[in-house]
Amino acid sequence: MVTVIHPNLEATDAKMNAKDVSVYYSDKKAIDNVSIEIPSKYVTSFIGPSGCGKSTFLRALNRMNDTIPTARVEGEITLDGEDIYRSKMDVVQLRARVGMVFQKPNPFPKSIYDNIAYGPKIHGIAQGKEELDEIVERSLTRAGLWNEVKDRLSDSGTALSGGQQQRLCIARAIAVDPEVILMDEPCSALDPIATAKIEELIADLNGNYAIVIVTHSMQQAARVSQRTAFFHLGQVVEYGRTSDIFTNPLEQQTQDYITGRYG
Amino acid sequence: MSPAILLLLAVGLGLAGWLVARARAWAFRSNADNGRLAALPTYHAWYVALWILVPLGVFIVIWMVASPHLIEQSVLASPAAADLPEFAFQRDTLLREANAVANGTANAVFNEGAKPLVEPFREAIGFYNLIGFLSTLIIGFLCGTWAFLQLKPDFAARTRVEKTVMAALMLASLVAILTTLGIVVSLVFETFRFFGMVSPIDFLFGTQWGPDPMSNPDNPDPSRFGAIPLFWGTIYIGAIIAMIAAIPLGLMSAIYLTQYADQRLRAWLKPALEILAGVPTVVYGYFAALTVAPFIRDLAVAVGISGASSESALAAGLVMGVMIIPFVSSMADDSIAAVPQAMRDGSLAMGATKSETIKKVLVPAALPGIVAGIMLAISRAIGETMIVVMAAGAAANLTGNPLEAMTTVTFQIVAMLTGEGSFDHPATLSAFALGFVLFMVTLGLNFVALRVVKRFREAYE
Ligand SMILES: Nc1ncnc2c1ncn2[C@@H]1O[C@H](COP(=O)(O)OP(=O)(O)OP(=O)(O)O)[C@@H](O)[C@H]1O
Ligand SMILES: [Mg+2]
Repeated sequence: MVTVIHPNLEATDAKMNAKDVSVYYSDKKAIDNVSIEIPSKYVTSFIGPSGCGKSTFLRALNRMNDTIPTARVEGEITLDGEDIYRSKMDVVQLRARVGMVFQKPNPFPKSIYDNIAYGPKIHGIAQGKEELDEIVERSLTRAGLWNEVKDRLSDSGTALSGGQQQRLCIARAIAVDPEVILMDEPCSALDPIATAKIEELIADLNGNYAIVIVTHSMQQAARVSQRTAFFHLGQVVEYGRTSDIFTNPLEQQTQDYITGRYG
Repeated sequence: MSPAILLLLAVGLGLAGWLVARARAWAFRSNADNGRLAALPTYHAWYVALWILVPLGVFIVIWMVASPHLIEQSVLASPAAADLPEFAFQRDTLLREANAVANGTANAVFNEGAKPLVEPFREAIGFYNLIGFLSTLIIGFLCGTWAFLQLKPDFAARTRVEKTVMAALMLASLVAILTTLGIVVSLVFETFRFFGMVSPIDFLFGTQWGPDPMSNPDNPDPSRFGAIPLFWGTIYIGAIIAMIAAIPLGLMSAIYLTQYADQRLRAWLKPALEILAGVPTVVYGYFAALTVAPFIRDLAVAVGISGASSESALAAGLVMGVMIIPFVSSMADDSIAAVPQAMRDGSLAMGATKSETIKKVLVPAALPGIVAGIMLAISRAIGETMIVVMAAGAAANLTGNPLEAMTTVTFQIVAMLTGEGSFDHPATLSAFALGFVLFMVTLGLNFVALRVVKRFREAYE
């Protein structure tokens, strides 16, 4: 099946481009020939029923699938036109450029400060203590967490509330100044207030980063994203502007899903 | 009669009770209006069987202890015993011989004097065998009947059986606890006796060790009971040298096994490593004494260190370290594996390499578990005896030179207990004081380690 692209999708410059991508776990095909663009200045949301391969595809975008021994990726994914699966690609560099936020907040069992400083230290981004302090403050400010934690930077990151932990993880991701941020259901473990804060944060970050968010909430997709891809059974059924997908879906499956009639 | 036959009889009675009670319960069931009993027939059966087996078990144990005395008493009361010598030792020998012939474990008496006693023994044994047999039968029958009479359709046999099972389980666990308690009490008792002769201050802080088991026990020389060199030797060998070997090797093998080795290799390597823990320590002792110690001495001589002894703290410590590796590595392995995958993914997604992730996230996160493993390993190492007996030497040297012979608490416990001193000589008793100190230290280490592990587990629930 071929992905249906909405006709009035205007061309934008693509940050990442996936062409004929298939992902296998052992012999099982989890992603089947997906081709899609990730625009550089927008938030793209991946929606679709459970088990359809959203996470798998997302993890293919920064080669996190490499950490699963049985996983295998076919096809081509480019970042700024360079194939990220080519043999010369430095995965460390790639992941610095394509950051990731997970479903469950996973701060390291270190201080808040060290959580943020982790990436910059690994990649040798900061020149000295002062610059590192600056990065920590800037990242936390961007993630809307600075005022809440500035007096307790040496407390453990795991001592924060769930919502704060997730914003800490976002701050940690932006501390290395990535170009793309991948978020896999970043709000599914959070209450509505914490969710609203994260959505606000995504809106703030929009424009500076290419953001991809996987979500099970139609409302969330509609609120935060400008592009939406509907996944089903390992394929992208429909892709277009979020407003088009939600108001005028072209495929029956998409319509069923967004109106809650799926399954 | 041998207890085996009585036991067999008891089991037979129990089985009979079991079958009869079950038949009875079946009968209840077919007579009851709704065909239901308060408990399944097997519970009724077990109820009666237990009522037969438990009292009989108690009786047989008591009988086993009591019957030899009863037999001896009746023999002594016989006219043939009037000729027995007064001297208790000779008397016992004769009695034992006659008894052995009477019950068939010996063919003939060695002492003529025992001969007239054989027949009375035979008679007494026969008599008491009969008594034992009949008592077993009667007790079994009475208890069984009593229990059987209690059976009714609405009898709560199940709860009673369950209670008995629980009591049996509790008894089993009590045995272990009470044994430990008994050990501690006897240790404490002997330790106090020792401290009545040598002051604890001299013992704990003195720096000269050399108790003389041949000296006058009433007037020990406290300056020869300074245990500091032993404590030092123990710590130096078990907690310093052994750990210098075991911590890096154990930790690195745990990291390799959890993070790098593929599934098939791990399935081989992990058990192989754990086999190390199952090697008898005396084998390590050989290895230390025959291979490692001479090698270290030759090496020391080769690099120009004179006076290196053939027994050295280094040899004992290194081999002990190897022995301890599985303890460190398996705890470290468990704790690293317990760090959530999300943590690892988080670090990798930041662009950290595998080794950076291990060093900066996994090991720090697993640290409490790793530390607890090291503490358990230390407590194991300082209690280790065979290796130090064979390779560390007996000289109580207070030195930092690993090439010299050193001695440890465990070594001296062995030496003092197997020495020539009489049992209540302070030199011998010092072994208990040493054992007590060792026990307290390992107990403390284990206690803290287990608490740390528990907290660690809770943190990642
Ligand atoms: N590590 C793995 N090994 C084998 N199969 C996997 C693995 N991870 C995912 N899969 C399979 O791949 C398919 C896609 O899974 P994926 O996690 O990408 O779905 P998803 O769309 O993210 O679902 P959800 O909305 O529930 O998160 C599923 O059938 C899943 O069972
Ligand atoms: Mg998913």
